[in-house]
Amino acid sequence: MNSTLYSLVGLAAGVAFILALKGLSHPKTARRGNLIGAFGATVATLSVFLYVTPSGESSQSHSLPIHNLGWILGAIAVGLIIGVPAARKVEMTQMPQLVALFNGVGGGAAALVAIVEYLNLGEKASTAAVIFTVFTVVVGCVSFSGSIITFMKLQELMTTRPVVFPGGRFVIAATLVAVLGVSVWVVTALGTTPLLVLAMLSLLFGVLFVLPVGGADVPIVISLLNAFTGLTVAASGYVLSSTLLIIAGTLVGASGTILTRLMAEAMGRSLFGTLFGAFTAKPQAVSGTAEERPVRSGSPDDVAILLNYARRVVIVPGFGLAVAQAQHTVRELADLMLSKGIDVAYGIHPVAGRMPGHMNVLLAEANVPYDQLAEMDEVNPTFGQTDVAIVIGANDVVNPAAQTTPGCPIYGMPILEVSNAANIIFLKRSMRPGFAGIENELLYDPKTMLLFGDAKASLTKVVSALKAL
Amino acid sequence: MDAIAVISIFTLAVFVGFEVVSKVSSTLHTPLMSGANAIHGVILVGAIIVADHSKNNNLELGLSLAAIVLATINMVGGFVVTDRMLEMFKPKKGDQK
Repeated sequence: MNSTLYSLVGLAAGVAFILALKGLSHPKTARRGNLIGAFGATVATLSVFLYVTPSGESSQSHSLPIHNLGWILGAIAVGLIIGVPAARKVEMTQMPQLVALFNGVGGGAAALVAIVEYLNLGEKASTAAVIFTVFTVVVGCVSFSGSIITFMKLQELMTTRPVVFPGGRFVIAATLVAVLGVSVWVVTALGTTPLLVLAMLSLLFGVLFVLPVGGADVPIVISLLNAFTGLTVAASGYVLSSTLLIIAGTLVGASGTILTRLMAEAMGRSLFGTLFGAFTAKPQAVSGTAEERPVRSGSPDDVAILLNYARRVVIVPGFGLAVAQAQHTVRELADLMLSKGIDVAYGIHPVAGRMPGHMNVLLAEANVPYDQLAEMDEVNPTFGQTDVAIVIGANDVVNPAAQTTPGCPIYGMPILEVSNAANIIFLKRSMRPGFAGIENELLYDPKTMLLFGDAKASLTKVVSALKAL
Repeated sequence: MDAIAVISIFTLAVFVGFEVVSKVSSTLHTPLMSGANAIHGVILVGAIIVADHSKNNNLELGLSLAAIVLATINMVGGFVVTDRMLEMFKPKKGDQK
């Protein structure tokens, strides 16, 4: 393959990625868009095997096949053996953390590529090439370690609350200054040791950067780190003279930045507040006595009676519903109510589940008709005419603290205003607060009835009680 | 590479990136993020190029191969998981939108 053909294949792959992102922005074309992207990536990968890229030191290229072909194919096979089953088998409920992990390994790959580039940089290397290489090492490492922390938060391997320690912001600022200082050192004095120090500092910065972010805001950070990784790919493209990498990386960097902003808007958060909010927020008064306050708990029969005489019911599904795998049972309940002439809608918060749109995916999996799913803006004005709001495994997305308690981690996030409904039913496993770790006053409201237990078991009992009425 | 050409490509790609996703509904935020995530897996191309260039150096080769493994996971896993998410969005009867 000659260099013109190689460049044209790269351009075609770049166009495929643009079409992929365009397709992914509309429900009808989303799946096709993803396939176009996969096609572009495959073609681009195949083309590197057929063309020898001149290396940095000598413009003289060797002949095909490329060096270390066996090793390269072996490494790709290992990646396939790990990546494909992980993507195939993951439960849809755990999908957000898998995306975080995939983003992390991508950042790690970009950092490793940059480290090898750095070791390969000859004396003739331009300052720009050195700067871009160092940039990739830093941002790739931040993306890698930051994504690992988001993964641990989502997988609940560590606390989902913001982790803040005394003087935290000074430690972060000091680390950032150190990263910048060492970067200058690495650029001016080419050497392996400074590079290693820089990589370590960058990894540390990634951890410190994500620790103070509260659980509910984690998706925004994943999206931001995703954009970061995109930029590192673009920078690598400059050093490796690959137009394709520049286009692909820049596209992801730019679209990722916009997406991060859109997500933050959907959650009613500013990006700055998300990242640094934990430092400015007043410490939450976590009342230890909360457990002692009286709540009204009911039986499945009580719930069934309430539903039987309702005219309009709104179901508010949350992550707890997905964890209990109760999507099918909730659909059964909705169908039963519809057959009794009760008006049923699902109120879907934009960030119900763990990521924007996550709940739509989960309910679609259970074949809930699309037209019953109402977005927050549609459903909020109707709560006044709603007899019963059933909140299943959700908490933060209906928590009035988001409107009433300035300084709480979710303050300013738009919520589903279930408090306007005549009756509220919470299906919960326990009094444990939601993912964001905030007490919900609504649980103590006199018009609230709590039904404790596994969401699926509780719903099954409600369905049979309702059938018997 | 010609600096002006690089700057031109970069600038145009930024605008295209902004434009294509500016009107996406929140329902699609997660699949879009996941799809974009898979696209930056093409760093695999870069990893293969540096593996080709590591001739007599085991450290460089080892790091390049590690990069290939990670990039493959990112790219292939990313596209597969995005497809699984989008499988759920297939149009149903009575779907007006």
